[in-house]
Amino acid sequence: MITFENVHKSFGPKHVLRGVDLEVPKGESMVIIGGSGTGKSVTLKCVLGLLTPDQGTITVDGNDATKGDRDAFLARFGMLFQGGALFDSLTVWQNVAFRLLRGSLKRPKAEAREIAIEKLRRVGLTPDVADLFPSELSGGMQKRVGLARAIAAEPEIIFFDEPTTGLDPIMSGVINDLIREIVVEMGATAMTITHDMTSVRAIADKVAMLHDGVIQWTGPVNEMDTSGDPYLTQFISGSAEGPIEAVR
Amino acid sequence: MMILTAPLAALGRATLAFFGLIGQVTLFALSALSHIFRPPFYGREFLMALFNIGWLSLPVVGLTAIFTGGALALQIYDGGSRFSAEAVVPQIVAIGMVRELGPVLVGLMVAARVTSSIAAEIATMKVTEQIDALTTLSTHPMKYLTAPRLLAALIVVPVLVGIGDIIGIYGGFVVGTKQLGFNPATYVQNTVDFLQRSDIVSSLIKGSVFGGISATMGCYYGMNSGRGAQGVGAATKASVQAAAVLILAANFLLTSLFFTS
Repeated sequence: MITFENVHKSFGPKHVLRGVDLEVPKGESMVIIGGSGTGKSVTLKCVLGLLTPDQGTITVDGNDATKGDRDAFLARFGMLFQGGALFDSLTVWQNVAFRLLRGSLKRPKAEAREIAIEKLRRVGLTPDVADLFPSELSGGMQKRVGLARAIAAEPEIIFFDEPTTGLDPIMSGVINDLIREIVVEMGATAMTITHDMTSVRAIADKVAMLHDGVIQWTGPVNEMDTSGDPYLTQFISGSAEGPIEAVR
Repeated sequence: MMILTAPLAALGRATLAFFGLIGQVTLFALSALSHIFRPPFYGREFLMALFNIGWLSLPVVGLTAIFTGGALALQIYDGGSRFSAEAVVPQIVAIGMVRELGPVLVGLMVAARVTSSIAAEIATMKVTEQIDALTTLSTHPMKYLTAPRLLAALIVVPVLVGIGDIIGIYGGFVVGTKQLGFNPATYVQNTVDFLQRSDIVSSLIKGSVFGGISATMGCYYGMNSGRGAQGVGAATKASVQAAAVLILAANFLLTSLFFTS
């Protein structure tokens, strides 16, 4: 279980997180929604130690995320970045097997390649893309490779940062379905951040809405439409009228 | 009152920012150096850096050195003729190339070619979240990106300087023997007799220091780049400027250290 308690984070005078309290139960898929610039990515980055909270605590299974062995901690996570964040200088299979080629999870090269190709198959890519470079792939294929890299080392917790941004509706649907299937199949705890309400409905067990630096509403995805929360209702409907200012 | 104090305040801010930058760069360089000696080591990245910094810089280093050596021979011959000292061309070309022009020009060429490329590559990696991805994949960016490039530059730039020195002297030899009428055997003999071991050692040490400066500046500005294409451009520009100025300043300090007694 991932727990956020009163997490604050500022960048200069800009207070992005102003006391985030949230629990993500083990094995559940939590989707965090909210407008651009509300701190969704910052929330994920604080868990991974890419950013350090100014105040508050984040625990994973009761252990403080900022303490202990970083390598062992990070080995439990997989992350799909918004733009894929694939390494340009490495081939597709080397990207997917990155973690399996070095560090504590290192395997023999042939075995790492085999696992990478199996993961590529799992996300719907054929083995012939394995030796291509990321720049030779389309946006949708890069996203799939990013997904294969995120799951390559069988992590317990997977983060998805805007998984469908920049993709056409059909490819978005494919990625959403893949994420859902993989999370269920692996029994992983998932945290996804998105503005895409189709993704939310396809991926989420629970939804949390981040607004003004705090969790405005959280609950099961099937209660989202009947929540009565004016912020959530406005966000779901995409209306310019409501408590959320249209111009931020 | 504000009109009087505003320029002072601006000067104070700039001074503080300058010393802050020096502190940050120093800490970054020390951290990068320490990662060279602490595992894990990334052999593939080191070999790639060695190839990129060393092998791929050879053409530009060779061309720069040969033209500089040739021009130096012409200048010394012409200048020397004013006080009947034309005969010192081989000696002065050798000492000029080995002690000063070889290391400085190779350093500046490496700054132009390698520092800019390292800064642009790492800055792009930062902008596209590849650095964050490295961290989440349990790989320390300083170890994976900075340490291999720094180690490669410390090792291979002195080699480039040595090659540049030889090619520069050869440029002077060609001009001296073909255009200025020097006897080839005498030219070579004068060059070899005149050069001392300390000249060569100082040249190689300068090369290593300049290589370290080039790689460190590229990595520092890349890692600290701003957002977007503008951030990458600004990081690249700043890295080359800083590397070039630091190379020239370090050259003065090293020359003072080696040859002032």
